[in-house]
Formats: sequence, structure tokens, C-alpha cells
Amino acid sequence: MSNVKKFVFVNRKAPYGTIYALEALEVVLITAAFDQDVSLVFMDDGVYQLKRGQQTQAIENKNFSPVYRALEGYDVEKLYVEREALAARALTEDDLLVPVTVLSSAELGALIDSQDVVLSF
Amino acid sequence: MKFGILVNEGPYQHQASDTAYQFCKAVLAKGWQVQRVFFYHDGVNNATKLTEPPQDDRNIVQRWSRLAEEHDIDLVVCVAAALRRGIREDNLAPGFRISGLGQLVESGIQADRLVVFGD
Repeated sequence: MSNVKKFVFVNRKAPYGTIYALEALEVVLITAAFDQDVSLVFMDDGVYQLKRGQQTQAIENKNFSPVYRALEGYDVEKLYVEREALAARALTEDDLLVPVTVLSSAELGALIDSQDVVLSF
Repeated sequence: MKFGILVNEGPYQHQASDTAYQFCKAVLAKGWQVQRVFFYHDGVNNATKLTEPPQDDRNIVQRWSRLAEEHDIDLVVCVAAALRRGIREDNLAPGFRISGLGQLVESGIQADRLVVFGD
């Protein structure tokens, strides 16, 4: 597979409650394994996916948040978070478990527009 | 124009599979190509031949099978998502095959447009 496309994954849902975030992460890892240009966007409740200090014992779900920290090892380093979504949830960049770039929703719109493949979960 | 399709929701519970099907029909009617339909998340439930809707309702699973047969469309179910939900070779409807997420990434690379149907 010689051609490289720009893939953006738009994560909109909370990490637990539904399986979207966990299964989206599986697609991200496979896409990186295909040596594609991968970006991740976190907006709406999706910003909770990156929240520090997740504890899932009480709901008997696997805490998969360490995977976001491991993404760097797969050359997935472009993580974008919606400023408005953070503010609406009283979160700041310091609450997140990985380094990210915070963008306004208008800036995110332009970023998503610049990609070849948009996968929304 | 070559379209890749991703279906992320199960049949009947959600409109996504119906809309994806109608979209595929419209693509084919235009003389364009559906390169692959990939089923992920609860979308894998579109692939079970055990589905038995009431007589007066559409049969979503059979509809996909028929579309695959008539237009030689590749219907791919994600193996990890499928096994998690009890979808396996022995209850797979005609026209579907089980494979890996690489098939979805390949769709993104090969198709001119990858269109996602989900929540």
C-alpha cells in the first residue's frame, strides 16, 4: 500500500456507557499500522476520553485510557481537542492525560475539511 | 466515483443500516461503484441470518444479501466486533464475510469517498 491518506477520527462520545470510544481506538491503531497520516479530534463528550484519573473498577469495564498515552509509540501524535467542549464541562488542558492541541470548533472544522477520510465515532 | 461505506449501528434499532442501504442503491443507480460495505460496532448485527422480522416489515439482512448478490458488493464484518457480539461464520447471512479492520482502512485508502452511517 504505497499511497498515504489523511485520516481523522472524530471522537464525540464519553469513554464508557457505550463502546464507541474503545472500538474507535482499535481502528486508530490499525490505521496507524497501515502507515497512514492519523489525526484524532475530541469534541462534545468525547473530551472525557482523555480525562486523567479514570477509574472503572466499580462498573467492571476495562480502563483503556492508558492506550491514549501509548499512541505516541504508533506515531499518532496529532490530538486535537475542542475548546468549547472543554469549557462547557469545566475542564482544562491540565485535566487531560496526554499533550493535545486545543482548537476552537471553527478551527476544528477547517482541520476536518483538510482531511481525506473522516471517521466519526 | 467509488464509495466505501461504513455501517456502525444494528438493524431495526437504528436508521443507519436502512439509510446506508438506500444510499448504496442511489450510488448504483448513478452508475457509480460501491467498493465495499464495512460493518462495525453493533453494525455487525446486520450480518446474522438468524434475524426474523415480522412478515409486514422489511428484512434488512436479506436486503443486504440480495444487494451483494445482484451487484457483486463486498460486505465485510469486523471480526473482533463480530465475535464480541456472537456473530460468527456459522450464523453469517449469504454475501457477508468476516475479516479484519484492515479492510476498513483499505476502503478509506482505495475509495474516493468513505461515508459513515451511525449515531
